[in-house]
Amino acid sequence: MAWRILVGLKKHIKDARGERVKRNIADHLGIHLTSVKTIDVYTVDAVLSESDVHRAAQGPFSDPVIQNYAINNPLAEDFDVIIEVGYRPGVTDNVGRTAREAIEYLTGRKFAQGEAVYTSVQYLLSGQISTHDAERIARDFLANELIQHWTVVSKSKFDFNRGIAVSIPRVTGATPPEIKTVDIEVSDDELLEISRKGMLALNLEEMRSIQNYFRQDNVKAARKEVGLGAKPTDAELEALAQTWSEHCKHKIFAAQIEYQDEQGNLQIINSLFKSFIVQVTADIRTLREQQDICLSVFKDNAGVIRFNDDWSLVFKVETHNSPSALDPYGGALTGIVGVNRDPFGTGLGARLIFNTDVFCFASPFYNKPLPPRLLHPRRIFEGVVEGVEHGGNKSGVPTVNGSIVFDDRFAGKPLVYCGTAALMPRLVNGQPGHEKRARVKDRIVMVGGRIGKDGIHGATFSSEELHEGSPVTAVQIGDPITQKRMFDFLLIARDRGLYNAITDNGAGGLSSSVGEMAEDTGGFEMHLDRAPLKYKGLQPWEILISEAQERMTLAVPPKKLLEFMKLADEMGVEATDLGEFTASGYFHCLYEKKTLTYLSMDFLHNGVPQMVIPAKWTPPNYADPDVSVPQDLSKTLEKLLGRLNVCSKESVVRRYDHEVQAGTVIKPLVGIANDGPSDAAVIRPLLDSFEGVVVSHGICPRYSDIDTYHMMANAIDEGLRNYVSVGGDVSHVAGLDNFCWCDPVLSEKTPDGPYKAAQLVRANQALYDYCLAYEIPLISGKDSMKNDYMVGETKISIPPTVLFSVIGKINDVRQSISMDVKQPGDLLYLLGLTRDELGGSEYFAMFGEIGNSVPRVDAPTAIKRYRTINRAQLLGLVASCHDLSEGGLGVALAEIAFAGGLGLKVDLRNVDIEGPLRVDHLLFSESASRLLVTVSPRNRSSFEALFESQSCCCIGSVIADKQLDVIGLNGETLMSSQLADLKEAWQRPLREL
Amino acid sequence: MAKSVRAIVIAGNGTNCEREVAFACLSAGANVADIVHIAELISGRIQLKDYHFLNLAGGFLDGDDLGSAKAGANRLTYAKVHGSHNTLRNEIEQFIADGKLVMGVCNGFQLMVKMGLLPAVGGSFGEQTSSLTFNDRGRFEDRWCYLKVDSDSPCIYTKGLESLYLPVRHGEGKFVVDRTETLSQIRSLHLAPVHYSNAECQEPVMEYPLNPNGSLDAIAGICDETGRLFGLMPHPEAYIHRTHHPRWTREPDLPEEGMGLWLYQNAVAFIRNELL
Repeated sequence: MAWRILVGLKKHIKDARGERVKRNIADHLGIHLTSVKTIDVYTVDAVLSESDVHRAAQGPFSDPVIQNYAINNPLAEDFDVIIEVGYRPGVTDNVGRTAREAIEYLTGRKFAQGEAVYTSVQYLLSGQISTHDAERIARDFLANELIQHWTVVSKSKFDFNRGIAVSIPRVTGATPPEIKTVDIEVSDDELLEISRKGMLALNLEEMRSIQNYFRQDNVKAARKEVGLGAKPTDAELEALAQTWSEHCKHKIFAAQIEYQDEQGNLQIINSLFKSFIVQVTADIRTLREQQDICLSVFKDNAGVIRFNDDWSLVFKVETHNSPSALDPYGGALTGIVGVNRDPFGTGLGARLIFNTDVFCFASPFYNKPLPPRLLHPRRIFEGVVEGVEHGGNKSGVPTVNGSIVFDDRFAGKPLVYCGTAALMPRLVNGQPGHEKRARVKDRIVMVGGRIGKDGIHGATFSSEELHEGSPVTAVQIGDPITQKRMFDFLLIARDRGLYNAITDNGAGGLSSSVGEMAEDTGGFEMHLDRAPLKYKGLQPWEILISEAQERMTLAVPPKKLLEFMKLADEMGVEATDLGEFTASGYFHCLYEKKTLTYLSMDFLHNGVPQMVIPAKWTPPNYADPDVSVPQDLSKTLEKLLGRLNVCSKESVVRRYDHEVQAGTVIKPLVGIANDGPSDAAVIRPLLDSFEGVVVSHGICPRYSDIDTYHMMANAIDEGLRNYVSVGGDVSHVAGLDNFCWCDPVLSEKTPDGPYKAAQLVRANQALYDYCLAYEIPLISGKDSMKNDYMVGETKISIPPTVLFSVIGKINDVRQSISMDVKQPGDLLYLLGLTRDELGGSEYFAMFGEIGNSVPRVDAPTAIKRYRTINRAQLLGLVASCHDLSEGGLGVALAEIAFAGGLGLKVDLRNVDIEGPLRVDHLLFSESASRLLVTVSPRNRSSFEALFESQSCCCIGSVIADKQLDVIGLNGETLMSSQLADLKEAWQRPLREL
Repeated sequence: MAKSVRAIVIAGNGTNCEREVAFACLSAGANVADIVHIAELISGRIQLKDYHFLNLAGGFLDGDDLGSAKAGANRLTYAKVHGSHNTLRNEIEQFIADGKLVMGVCNGFQLMVKMGLLPAVGGSFGEQTSSLTFNDRGRFEDRWCYLKVDSDSPCIYTKGLESLYLPVRHGEGKFVVDRTETLSQIRSLHLAPVHYSNAECQEPVMEYPLNPNGSLDAIAGICDETGRLFGLMPHPEAYIHRTHHPRWTREPDLPEEGMGLWLYQNAVAFIRNELL
């Protein structure tokens, strides 16, 4: 029988969780309750004695100081409505897993197959609530119907003797495992129907090449030998669909693009990826020869660069957009825990040292009607932030850098970028740490979590727009603790030399991880019936492509297998020998000794036909904004500071542990009150060394409305300028590009495909041009190309967005610089020209305008400036340094002043400008490559000498009075703002979120 | 070396701060600071009795899934050491009886409290009389806090100190007790060596954010009557060097050594004087 253990807080203990829920219900739904209390419920579906159940309830499940418990009886009293929320069958229940382990320790007996603990939460709501409101609270706030179910009971209907009836979310209704075949000798329409019905996301041409493959005589003959007929099995189609998915194969970046520019010139581009991304890195590496810092680029799960003689740096950034749209918490949690496995699974494995997060959302205060199936942006905001918080904090990896970009088009699809860096030994047992190779006869060993139906069709799903039938199984929930145990184990196994290769099980599951590793040997043989399952009833093809989390695949030499398995067992990590790597040339899976897949490795990896995509660039032209100079620029500045894209994100930053591992030297929040906005983070990954890692990013989707070429240029410049601000060495730096686009392929659904494809081409052109000019090699990246929402006639496409992440080195962290002003009397310098460049600016956006004059990046001048500022920093001449971005000079001045708790006296007549410039434009122009620097008067001449013949103007000084005084172009007092007012305007908008 | 100070940091199942805690021990002069996975202790290959200073590091044991450190406390209570009749809990109790030192930070403090190792008035180990629960704000927070040290406390770690500035990084740090007598004992025996305070480190404060979690009496840490067992929510291992300080770029006069190091130095000095 199933036991129900209920745990609630004693009367005098504050229910902080309940109070937060109450506040959130008011904020999200406008329903005001008098109180919310919570009760944790453990449904224990296992054979246990009554005394063991009591010991569990008393011991690990409840805290005698603050909690009461009840067994099989209700605990609830004093409420008007009770809502119980639990998981649907098969959804990862981390607390349930821990509860099961706790009982196993306590009784000394392992649970039998099928026994489990399921958790749920009861919310006791008090106040005047209709049944309708209670349902809304459950559906629109407490639960997510994709993964959870709920029960609503009003007080009058509640059974005070027995409570809410037990429901056990056990996975049932399993069909026996079966290998099905699919007839593909059918018409084109039917081929497409097979693809659509099977959620394969393969187009006609791809289906036809599969058809052709299976028609070949040698293929037929080979299949016959292993007992397969001419028709593909379900698993074979699934493996092909997964390997050929946009997510895994990057078909758009590999496509042939026929690009026509605004003059009508036609250019044929054979793979954007090869022509721009790979090419610029190769060109820079050739250019730099001895100074090349790249060790492993584009071939592994993450990029690797040199750190010092003993250590290498690994970095990867991923997106997890579609899952986060469906289940913001689970999607984002899985995003961060998932990207953790990329650097960990690079080379022979690496220890994680920090995370980064960048989110793009619609306004959390969005108050227009939302199309069906979209969650409110505020709910997405809260869920994503919490998911990354749990994923990062529990994994013990500090979250050190990030930002949140707001644009209401992200209501259609939020963007959730998660990055992770790691430190890898240069040599592991004498072998280069960044290289790995599976050998013939190596065992295929899967380590970590078990396989369920989680995330099936995730890889193909993220290659599709969000639609009415998006599957429940597309959502996974990460489990940071299972993963942490696995990582603890694998680092020891690595150092003992127990494996030859390692990779992550992410998109595409075993099909992808084993399929890719087997490229080293040219084949494999894997027995899927040996794989450990979460529950019965998975079909063989589901085992093959499941994206159940927290799993790595390893190539273990047969001689080391015993030692490997013994260590895993001792450290409480599940490891399973699934088969071996071979040189057969075949992707060979078996189930209970019957062949399930027998595909040529060559066809699988190289058989996908190249797409041809038309692209045509027509520059948009917007009306020039008709906005007069505001009367009160102080108020205008306050308004800008309070814009969502500018304002303080402190409430989010504090929820991330940004200091665990004790290496965070420049934290995300800096200044006199620890609350100023840092430009970049500096990390000291080795506690006994002062060598540091610097990480930053640039992202500016607003400029895409005008020209993605300049959007890309500005993102690269912003990333590098943030990096250099804190002292990052511009000669030891690398970049990562993460493209998030709306579907650029011309079709009925996407008539503007050629424009979107042209935008993609232009962004890539800028990526090549500016990385080369700045000598930033690209080491890794990712693209997510279907960020559209389409239900019925409603289509929302995100603005084309590239996150450009920058990672590099500072030789001595004690020379790093923060953005806050330090001393009254210090001189204030503005480096770089200010032009009339407000196209796509935050200032124009405040008036609902776009404009045309998008900021243009002058790379040769900028890189000279960055190299010079590096020298000034090394000479100790720089007291503070801050980059200018959204809101331009005005915002940057306010930020450095209130972060430092000191005022500024500024004379705009000294600003280096190009052409005539209106004073509001001067203050809020977003011209690129500019830095604000303060310098002690004693360093004046040395500083100015360094910048001789560059744009470098002393525009004022730091003052003790806590105000921002600005003299205008005619010598008049233009602004005299109290820092307290500016800071309040900047902190207020998201303070309580 | 004839007499060496030996520290151990237990790792595994969700600990996160073991590396920096070991580094803090070494920086403070410990001769050995071993990071030992709990599986090694359970296997019996490594034994607690070979060390002087047990460190329970911060993290999220078992994800804090049943409440902070609850499942971790359960494991120590029931996990048997191979080749012995002892559980790990028995071994820790023997370690304490031998007059050795235990310090728990953050999740380690939560673990000590939930195992009933703190405050354990009258040596009543095992009975849980206090707890750490959800912050009043209901959220995890990373924030630096000022701490006033009670100079009358028997705590050997805070001996000679007046104030500290350290980061808290937790969601469940609010200190509460089972009954008023527990609190009066903590007060009269000076078992709360560190209190959240104002920036001058003069008075304990209840106001957020100076008191980040709403702890009773602004209590940030608790010791037992011997002063050898100590747990605290703020992270001393996170302030070992001046560059850990959030304002090191604007306070040129900060000493090289961070304030958190002092606690480890006191522990090492105590071991040298009393245990070697």
